Amino acid sequence: MSTSFVCLVKEQFTIMIISLGRTVAALGVAGLFLFSGQGWTIAADGPVAAPPTSSIEQALTQVTSEDESIRGAAVRVLIEQGDVSLVPRLEEIRATADRSIRQAIKPLMDLLKNRAKLTSPSTDVRRSAAADLGSSGNPSVIPWLDAARANEPNKWVRYTMEESVALIKLASDDPSIKAAAADKLGELGSQNGVPVLKQLVAAGDGAEATESQKTVAKAAGVAIDRIETWGVWSNVIETFFRGISLSSILLIMSLGLAIVFGLMGVINMAHGELMMVGAYATFVTQQCFTAWFSSDVFDWYFPAALPVSFLVAAVFGWVLEATVIRFLYGRPLETMLATWGVSLVLMQAARVYFGDLTAVIAPVPLRGGAQVMVGVYLPYNRIFIIALSIICVLAIYYTLFRSNLGLRVRAVTQNRNMSACLGIPTRKVDSYTFAFGSGLAGIAGWALTMVGNVDPGLGQNYIVDAFMVVVTGGVGKLAGTIVASLGIGGLNKLIEPYSGAVYGKVFILVLVILFLQWRPAGLFAMKGRDAD
Amino acid sequence: MSDRTTDTNRGGGLAFWAVGFILLVAMPLLNVLPPEDSWLHLSDFSLNRFGKFLAYGILALGLDLIWGYTGILSLGQGVFFGLGAYCMGMHMMLTIGKESVYGSDLPDFMVWNQFKELPLFWYPFYSFPVAVIGAVLVPMLFALVFGFFAFRSRIKGVYFAIITQALALVAWLVFNRNDTKLGGTNGLTDFKQVLGYRLSEPGTQRGLYILTVLCLGGAYLLCRWIIRSRAGRVLIAVRDSEKRVVFSGYTPANYKLFVFVVAAALAGLAGMLYAPQVGIITPAQIGVLPSLEMVIWVAVGGRGSLAGAVLGAVSVNYGRSVLTNYFPELWPFILGGLFVLVVLLFPDGLVGMIRKGKSLLSSRKTGEGKAAVSEGKR
Repeated sequence: MSTSFVCLVKEQFTIMIISLGRTVAALGVAGLFLFSGQGWTIAADGPVAAPPTSSIEQALTQVTSEDESIRGAAVRVLIEQGDVSLVPRLEEIRATADRSIRQAIKPLMDLLKNRAKLTSPSTDVRRSAAADLGSSGNPSVIPWLDAARANEPNKWVRYTMEESVALIKLASDDPSIKAAAADKLGELGSQNGVPVLKQLVAAGDGAEATESQKTVAKAAGVAIDRIETWGVWSNVIETFFRGISLSSILLIMSLGLAIVFGLMGVINMAHGELMMVGAYATFVTQQCFTAWFSSDVFDWYFPAALPVSFLVAAVFGWVLEATVIRFLYGRPLETMLATWGVSLVLMQAARVYFGDLTAVIAPVPLRGGAQVMVGVYLPYNRIFIIALSIICVLAIYYTLFRSNLGLRVRAVTQNRNMSACLGIPTRKVDSYTFAFGSGLAGIAGWALTMVGNVDPGLGQNYIVDAFMVVVTGGVGKLAGTIVASLGIGGLNKLIEPYSGAVYGKVFILVLVILFLQWRPAGLFAMKGRDAD
Repeated sequence: MSDRTTDTNRGGGLAFWAVGFILLVAMPLLNVLPPEDSWLHLSDFSLNRFGKFLAYGILALGLDLIWGYTGILSLGQGVFFGLGAYCMGMHMMLTIGKESVYGSDLPDFMVWNQFKELPLFWYPFYSFPVAVIGAVLVPMLFALVFGFFAFRSRIKGVYFAIITQALALVAWLVFNRNDTKLGGTNGLTDFKQVLGYRLSEPGTQRGLYILTVLCLGGAYLLCRWIIRSRAGRVLIAVRDSEKRVVFSGYTPANYKLFVFVVAAALAGLAGMLYAPQVGIITPAQIGVLPSLEMVIWVAVGGRGSLAGAVLGAVSVNYGRSVLTNYFPELWPFILGGLFVLVVLLFPDGLVGMIRKGKSLLSSRKTGEGKAAVSEGKR
């Protein structure tokens, strides 16, 4: 269980923990009864006396006993006195034992393994071990967790340990311990505790509830309130973050589209496929690094792929402009159809050449994420994309407003004929700008390899949204694109929890159409007579 | 410009009746009369397939009306097609009755999805007339509302194309969902009968084919009538210069809305005829890509020519059905290539090529080539 669990934790720890919590809390209670047959005993504090080898040996033989009480006692001894070195021997016993004994030994082995993992060098492993121990519901592990916490450098592992201890104590027989644990869980904002706390509240509501049950229920109720308030806030923050993250993906995609649209009045339907080209360029760079360089420098493939994907996509775009779009000048609808044709060809070419599914391995610094608060977990790859979009915007601002090409682009965008009269080679400007816009698509593709697979349909996932961004933003200013992608991306994620992704999209389409009632040419329309 | 549109139909009377005769009389007869092994024999499968293409032809007529004549590129015709097809499909699902796999009154997919009872909006579709009228009326109403908002705010050109594409995407997403209660990804299928005629009988399919031809003929005449009317001239004027139309005192939005609704009605009609002939309708047939393919039918046939639209729909789909059979991997290349080639080199499609060939033969004054180029503007 543990390896797959660790992987999962790496990817989606928050979601995992919430869903796990529900099942686990129930399991924990069940496990408790399984282990401590006659009821609750808090393990003695203080250092455990050096284990007399004989008692362990004795327990190892007793653990296969038919008598449940003997077996339970043996298991307890092994938990209290044993360590991970017993696992191979237990494994042996388990191989020959019958089903009920195997069932008794399995949790025991898990406990011992997890205990060993508490001192692992990896924080993720330590944390998941602590969570596992908490879900075992076995009170004997409390001293382990307390001891480990004292030496634990990582804040979030300490948090999980505390949470696990409180979860176990919550199942105690002593109402005062129970109430204190509920209080602790409330303080920790622990979503995992909610199911058990709710059971306690329900127990306190019953007609024949004892006085102590009522006190515990009261404490539990307060704790649930605290946790839920906290949950609302963390949810708000996470939604906000997801919205920003989607917005930046849309933004990186739309920037190239919008510049070209502003300049040439052309929507490049193959833009998504130029992104795909960028993503495959990244993939190929990765393959080259695997084949040619030692694994020490493997992670450098990713930065190396940035210029590669930009250039490859730019070349594709340049060729596309020179062979197709150039001849359709002034016919935007035909251009759309032709570029759509190109996109079909590119997609199928990728499918035939690369097959359906290829993935890029994220470089180490982009794996995992940062937990900033309880229940708020920000994956590094998303943070990376947000940062990249900001850099892209800055770079484009610089290009457009500080460079020679930018000056010309702006001139041609404003008035093509006049610029031509003043000696600006408008066709060259078109060609370079198109290549530049395509290169931006390549960068978008490069970034998208971090959030998904590289597959021929990569470009299709977000492209219609990107078109909407361009249409809503208008072509006059980059600010339009930025605001529109923030608006569409943010709204998308804001609505999603309430209406589901699909109806969120419906809602956005309706909103965009209504918005265009008010501003038919987008947020920032070109002013002047030439704007048609 | 108007010169050209009348040109399309010069001598068109004879051709219309000739083609009508072939489609309506000759092909069904070839299906029925010759013995199966004769080379003249047209198999049930071929006839059925051809009927499907002709249904697409009806849709292409509407698309040509809006794109070829009015210059509005709608990338969402698949939605209207789908609405029509689903209306008919719902009726046919309900007439399956106890013959379904699960023997329930409910359609099979509802049994899988554990619906207890029929959703309310399904009830009217027990009635055949409601289904038929709905198949045309629902797309029309939808187009009316969508088009009203779109044209009122003067969304046009690229903007309109993108909005309609988003519409196609959204419709595809919505139809894909199970909670829309329209069969989700699997769509509606396993139809058994329509008006008591078994769909598995060749006779029924032949009847549907003939019905499709008649509808196509009717749609063609309707479109021709629209094009030749005063309103049709305004439509063409909108395509060529919308501003001048405004300055001449017309309200282009109304004309555009009108033609958009007519196109939607034709697409719905096409969907209605398509569903029983093909026997299945799924979201995959109405999404972004199918909607774009519909545009390419018209482009290949020749935009701005009604006959061309039908010709394009039939020829592209025939090509597709043959090629995907032999080279499934090649089809997207061919389709993509067609998009590019037609747009770049043959803006008037097959009809344009035929016309060019004719004019070369009769060595008339050249100059049409130039006209065609200038015409390409939006």
